[in-house]
Amino acid sequence: MLTIKNLQAKVEEKDILKGLDLEIKPGEIHAIMGPNGAGKSTLGNVLSGREGYEVTGGDVSFDGKDILDMDTEERAREGLFLAFQYPVEIPGVSNLEFLKASVDSVREHRGEEPMDSVTFLKLAREKCKAVNLDQNFLKRGVNEGFSGGEKKRNEIMQMMLLEPKLCILDETDSGLDIDALQVVAEGVNSQRDPNRSFIVVTHYQRLLDYIVPDYVHVLADGKIVKSGGKELALELEEKGYGWLENGGQ
Amino acid sequence: MSEKTNQQIVEESNQELNEYIKSDYEAGFVTDIEADTLPPGLNEDVVRFISAKKGEPEWLLEWRLKAFAAWSEMDEPEWAHVTYEKPKFQDISYYSAPKSMEDGPQSLDEVDPELLKTYEKLGIPLHEQAVLAGVRNVAVDVVFDSVSVATTFREKLKEAGVIFMPISEAVHEHPELLKKYMGSVVPQKDNFYAALNSAVFSDGSFVYIPKGVRCPMELSTYFRINEQNTGQFERTIIIADEGSHVSYLEGCTAPMRDENQLHAAVVELVALDGAEIKYSTVQNWYPGDENGKGGIYNFVTKRAVAHTNAKVSWTQVETGSAVTWKYPSCILKGDNSIGEFYSVALTNNYQQADTGTKMIHLGKNTKSTIISKGISAGKSQNAYRGLVRMNPSAEGARNFTQCDSLLIGDKCGAHTFPYIESKHPSAVIEHEATTSTVSDDQMFLCQQRGIDPEKAVSMIVNGFCKEVFKELPMEFAVEAGKLLEVSLEGSVG
Repeated sequence: MLTIKNLQAKVEEKDILKGLDLEIKPGEIHAIMGPNGAGKSTLGNVLSGREGYEVTGGDVSFDGKDILDMDTEERAREGLFLAFQYPVEIPGVSNLEFLKASVDSVREHRGEEPMDSVTFLKLAREKCKAVNLDQNFLKRGVNEGFSGGEKKRNEIMQMMLLEPKLCILDETDSGLDIDALQVVAEGVNSQRDPNRSFIVVTHYQRLLDYIVPDYVHVLADGKIVKSGGKELALELEEKGYGWLENGGQ
Repeated sequence: MSEKTNQQIVEESNQELNEYIKSDYEAGFVTDIEADTLPPGLNEDVVRFISAKKGEPEWLLEWRLKAFAAWSEMDEPEWAHVTYEKPKFQDISYYSAPKSMEDGPQSLDEVDPELLKTYEKLGIPLHEQAVLAGVRNVAVDVVFDSVSVATTFREKLKEAGVIFMPISEAVHEHPELLKKYMGSVVPQKDNFYAALNSAVFSDGSFVYIPKGVRCPMELSTYFRINEQNTGQFERTIIIADEGSHVSYLEGCTAPMRDENQLHAAVVELVALDGAEIKYSTVQNWYPGDENGKGGIYNFVTKRAVAHTNAKVSWTQVETGSAVTWKYPSCILKGDNSIGEFYSVALTNNYQQADTGTKMIHLGKNTKSTIISKGISAGKSQNAYRGLVRMNPSAEGARNFTQCDSLLIGDKCGAHTFPYIESKHPSAVIEHEATTSTVSDDQMFLCQQRGIDPEKAVSMIVNGFCKEVFKELPMEFAVEAGKLLEVSLEGSVG
């Protein structure tokens, strides 16, 4: 599904990723943990091809394709989805309009016709219900005036509509209370599929009680310094990151 | 992208933005028809010529000459936030009529097929058949260069008692109405361009809605400048009698020309007691090329008087013209009258716009709302200039102004010049203003969801304008959205 080899990247002339390796197979959930400034969010942005994130070395193969030369929107259409830590507002552009444009562009890429509006509306309403969002949110501007929890649920709803191959959740748990966290986790779990993989970037073990990973990786100073099963998260919760950072150097 | 420096990334992203906002002017064709054009120049004889050409009565000639005398004494205004080479008024031709119009067509069948083709290219279905077939339930008056070419649907309107005809005909058929109202809202000497227009205006639309009548359809005028070196000086007069209602739309295009062309129009609206006028403009005059060469100078005076309990709404979508100088205004004369101004002004490349409104509150409990959305791209300059004045008589008057600017790229400018004068202690005036950019975060969110950058910009800009678009008649709202999309279209670098 995703093979990252020796990935190096910099932001504003500063090296952030310094040789990251990661192999993700279809259906797997990988958690990426690590201290602040380790490069966790950078990873999601680099994989998505965000402007300003400059890859200086290494390879990334997604579903057998080299994606580093692709534009952001092309990667998205190939099935790479990034759920944002802080979803941005787009005033005046209705959620529904935005979602339809998004789904249609992915469908077009797959050689499919745009979805007719009635079918799409029905589908969007279903997904709203699945993440416990009122249907009114479809009419409102994208994330406009949404609470933190509503924004995150909106992200998960988008994920459900787009049915990506790889979902990167960038600190989706930040700013969520326990109820919202459960709803988000349920949404993610409902999307688990033998052909869909997840990268769950998080600061805290808490989220992993609900979204149970197959592997946990510790990212420190731009590299993966330790990998293990889900129990590694508990160990980190107990001991912190210090011992690994020192050991990893 | 692996070898780029940040500087390069920034430069390229700017370049990309520039690409998005580039667009070709789709209405930039020239129609090849014979025209009857007056040689350039302006003096009293020209005014007399125009008046004679139209077989006008003596009073109208006198009216024009008075305006010309006033104009000769006036100076071109310089206070607007625009810089341009001033028009050489003696190099402009003040009258141009398609030659085949000499005898005036009696019906659409007699209209020059070339003209009809032009309108087809512009997407105006002129044939009533098409209209009746449900294409568009709109009565259209078309002003081509200086002459009103065809007014559709006149019969159906007549049944309702609505008068909708070129001013040149109204002069003969309804002289009493014209005499009473022309110049009553925008006097001949109002300003430099209004005076010029009053002296040389060639034609325009005249509308009268009788008492209590709700006009059965949208009325529309389409303006097009075709001839080289001509100016267009049309007037529009709309009188809504007591308790009547009318919605009116004007659209404008011009061919691509290297030289600047002048458009100086006057629009006068009179909403008598309890009447409502909704006036919408989609202005797409040729904006000049991407280096700022050519384009229309759009210097327009639009003003309305609202009597007791009357309501006037101006909605404008301004995407064209090299230089725009335009302030559709409301004089809220009667108690409880309402004035509204909804505006989207998009400037790109080297376009300059200084536009806004004036709300003059005279009556008690008068209300005004101003929603202005300015979008600047390329190297353009976009200014909002608005006056809200509460006179000593305006007890309990209220105004709400919201003025938002959106910047695309880092070489354009947005400016806001609000003037607020309150002479009554009970008046309430609110002013909100924001400036924002199409942010990288918004672009990234759209692209990460698979949406084309070009489509993303147009979606974000349309969203920004939504509050104004919803004020447009339904089908024109769609048109306006498309127009913005076209103006923002381009290849992605």
